[in-house]
Amino acid sequence: MNELVEVNNLTKVYEKKKLALDHMNLTIPRGRIIGLLGPNGSGKTTLIKLINGLLEPTEGEILVNGRRPGPESKACVSYLPERTYFQGSMKVSELISYFTDFYQDFSPERARQMLANLKISEDARLKTLSKGTKEKVQLIMVMSRQAQLYILDEPIAGVDPAARDYILKTIISNYSEMSTVLISTHLITDIAQVLDEVVFIRDGRVVLQDTVEHIRETRGKSVDAFFREVFAC
Amino acid sequence: MAWKLDSDRPIYAQILEVMQLRIIAGVYRSGEKIPSVRELAAEAGVNPNTMQKALAELEKEGLVMAQRTSGRIVTEDMEMIKQTREQLAREQVQEFIDKMEKLGFNKKEVVALLEQMEVKDE
Repeated sequence: MNELVEVNNLTKVYEKKKLALDHMNLTIPRGRIIGLLGPNGSGKTTLIKLINGLLEPTEGEILVNGRRPGPESKACVSYLPERTYFQGSMKVSELISYFTDFYQDFSPERARQMLANLKISEDARLKTLSKGTKEKVQLIMVMSRQAQLYILDEPIAGVDPAARDYILKTIISNYSEMSTVLISTHLITDIAQVLDEVVFIRDGRVVLQDTVEHIRETRGKSVDAFFREVFAC
Repeated sequence: MAWKLDSDRPIYAQILEVMQLRIIAGVYRSGEKIPSVRELAAEAGVNPNTMQKALAELEKEGLVMAQRTSGRIVTEDMEMIKQTREQLAREQVQEFIDKMEKLGFNKKEVVALLEQMEVKDE
């Protein structure tokens, strides 16, 4: 079987010659929870957008299940963007029907169950929800798909600690053993204990890819402490 | 016995300790099924593979047994639970003695102090 995602020599140059990804190489295996970690502007979101086929590479390639991003990869990649793309006037129930229409692997029952657990009304319009609740609703939608790859771009930024715990628990209890969750964040402390692996990126390159346990054993410190050391300004 | 995990020590070792304590304290009773890896991972907020590793270790120690169908049950060997309890108690006492030695107390003085404390309690 192919690796879930292979990134070969990937380069992305934006207008005005800003180099966002610099000949990056990366392999994302199946069945892991992986942290994509790096300071602001290191290229995390650019990489994620390229995997999702929302940007075209300047050079190099990305393969998801051995193929370039396209309708097939979108059918098996569940993506939580950094910013919401839902219409504020939409009701939660409408969102559920949207996802049911769009994605074959979406389970409306699972979504309804999770919404009910949080006592979020399906009649509520998105714009009436608090920031934290809105983020939870989005995550519930994304995690209610049975995807092979979940890509969560900054899922825990700007929510309170209780909401953050809920989000992490939702991720843990909803991904299947053969699928991978890629979480981009710069809030490492909060998330280190749910990760199998971390990928550190800086200036559009992979600085390090290793398991959390191995970092602790070989460097004698937590991932968080190690991150601070690697990215010390 | 909540999950207070400290990022400076291996998570799986800390999970192991919590699970041992829960078995000793009877949160999970002898012969009863313990929650699934997924449930425990979600409860503790840790990676399921880490939880899996801790439970495998618990199994190796003999405190839980894998069932043929699915899941794990707590051992029915009460002697083993008792031994684990004693072993953990010994570790605690050893740690305490080490700290007291650093404070300059010898064993006799420690025992004397303990007895004094008991009197106070009564």
